[in-house]
Amino acid sequence: MNLHEYQARALLKDAGIPVPDGDVAGTPDEAEAIARRIGGGVVVKAQVHTGGRGKAGGVKLAADAAEARTHAEAILGMTIKGLVVEKVLVVPTADIASESYVGVIMDRATQRPVFMVSPAGGVDIEEVAAQTPEKIFKAGVDPRYGLLPHQAMSLAFSLYDDVKLVRQAASIMEKLYVAFRNAGASLAEINPLVTTPDGMVVALDAKIGVDDNELGRRPEIAALRDASSEDPAEVKAREASLSYIKLDGSVGCCVNGAGLAMATMDLVKYYGGEPANFLDIGGSSNPEKVITALEIITSDANVKSILFNIFGGITRCDDVANGIVAATKQTQIHVPIVIRLTGTNEELALDILKQAGFEALTDMDEAVQEAVKLAGAGAGAGTAA
Amino acid sequence: MSIFIDSRTRLVVQGITGRDGSFHTKQMIEYGTQVVAGVTPGKGGLRFEDAVPVFDTVQAAVDETHANTSVIYVPARFAADAVFEAADAGIQLIVCITEGLPVQDMARVMPFLRERGARLIGANCPGAISPGQAKVGIIPGPICREGNIGVVSRSGTLTYEIIHQLSTNGYGQSSCVGIGGDPIIGTNFIDCLSAFEADGDTEAIVMIGEIGGTDEQDAAAYAAEHVTKPIVGFIAGQTAPPGRRMGHAGAIISGSSGTAEEKMAALDAAGIAVMQRPADVVPLLRERM
Repeated sequence: MNLHEYQARALLKDAGIPVPDGDVAGTPDEAEAIARRIGGGVVVKAQVHTGGRGKAGGVKLAADAAEARTHAEAILGMTIKGLVVEKVLVVPTADIASESYVGVIMDRATQRPVFMVSPAGGVDIEEVAAQTPEKIFKAGVDPRYGLLPHQAMSLAFSLYDDVKLVRQAASIMEKLYVAFRNAGASLAEINPLVTTPDGMVVALDAKIGVDDNELGRRPEIAALRDASSEDPAEVKAREASLSYIKLDGSVGCCVNGAGLAMATMDLVKYYGGEPANFLDIGGSSNPEKVITALEIITSDANVKSILFNIFGGITRCDDVANGIVAATKQTQIHVPIVIRLTGTNEELALDILKQAGFEALTDMDEAVQEAVKLAGAGAGAGTAA
Repeated sequence: MSIFIDSRTRLVVQGITGRDGSFHTKQMIEYGTQVVAGVTPGKGGLRFEDAVPVFDTVQAAVDETHANTSVIYVPARFAADAVFEAADAGIQLIVCITEGLPVQDMARVMPFLRERGARLIGANCPGAISPGQAKVGIIPGPICREGNIGVVSRSGTLTYEIIHQLSTNGYGQSSCVGIGGDPIIGTNFIDCLSAFEADGDTEAIVMIGEIGGTDEQDAAAYAAEHVTKPIVGFIAGQTAPPGRRMGHAGAIISGSSGTAEEKMAALDAAGIAVMQRPADVVPLLRERM
């Protein structure tokens, strides 16, 4: 889960990192009031989960509160890369002497958090890494001890020569690591970290990505989720502990396991079809989950056939079969369903389906070909395969 | 022979009385695995299915039964501590089936295990099976057959799919290991390739990867240098849109690194036969063996 800039800023501020004054607004009135309180020039920034806000016109400078209001009117409600702007952040314009990058990410290869800093801040860090890799400095963190003060100092010396700035930046990095840990983050970055003409180091923009597996034990972080910035079907899926991503094709896929779900989508493509979605019903699935999965798939008007591909392990095939039967009793499904089931409790599942008038296949290639064929044949062909 | 688990495996089940733990313990026993103990705090003294003694702690289970391998089915919020507990009790092979472990917990677990010389498989994995000898985890026993193909996979159910293709076409397995799809895992492709290379009963290897990270590319480079046995590989996620999480936290494509296309090219460059779909596994093995 990604946090909005204003949420990430608040977490950094709570951790003791200096951030500029400013506040978040949901209406032009609020934006104007914040700008008036700040006084002088401000920046009005769209709060959406995507990069390229500036290029899309979502970040505007205003000389005074009246202009801030005009910009907020334009930005609130605008669409950036398919996402509607619901909130803007209003901050004072800053006098900037230099811009750096400071980030900490969970690194798969070394299996620990890694700090990455660069004196070339304010731009995309991937670009810096590609163009001028010598300007990137890294330090691995042993999670048992945290970022050690000498590591923070050493990283900070790669950003600044003036030891007063170095000490401020080192302190910010130590606090950033604490914020990273306490938020259950997999990424926390300050870009840019700026120095002001009067010698202060300040976090101007922040980005935090939280590991979804942390949300259960961090209700205060989970509460920051902005469901309005996500696809409603994906929100519904998540609430039912399903993993769903909408795509553009016509073969709806309902699979247990992420790897098999991806392989099923790949096979749909292999046989000339296009998958309508990725949907993993997960392990230990109960019939309720299957019902929700079918509701989500059928809410996509592009879906012309539905393919179940279940290989039972921890998922029991009879649970899935019961779910299919219950779901089709509960709601009329107007597209053909192709069911492929094998593995744990397969016999039981086939019996349940048979009694309800469904047939099930056991071969994956055969099932995918059938679903692709039915999707091509068009909608309304009945319910059972 | 086989890798990691065999007929000498003496298994303790952490979370033996839970829904998943009890269901899969029955299946492991039925398969012939020596399940010597279970652990559920507060249920020490019970006997699971009137046969397997249950203990309050892993240490008590090890002291009493000389368990040498543990499998974990406890809920995610207890799972990291379950790994610590098993390692502290001297268990050298820990298989964590539980999904949903925070990656920061895994970052704390790994150095702890290294200091104690313990191997973790997973978390968020289906475990391992050495057909005819033992199964530790949730891979369905009936789909496996004894034989000489080593299988290693980041996926769960996709692994079953490919094992099923192998078994129904007469290719049995020496061992099948599901290493899990999380960003930080205890045992990676290279660990398994090197174990299969050293295993006298393994004649060929099937590796099943997916989008995200660089484990498969690293494994391909390793294989080109150190593995003499034929390898057949598959990468799931050719149709995955870039930058989206596809269920596994590990399957994030960032930039050009970690796409199915890039991984398939790396396997191919290392001399590994690359499948286009799961059903290709048998013809490609036939060609290479």
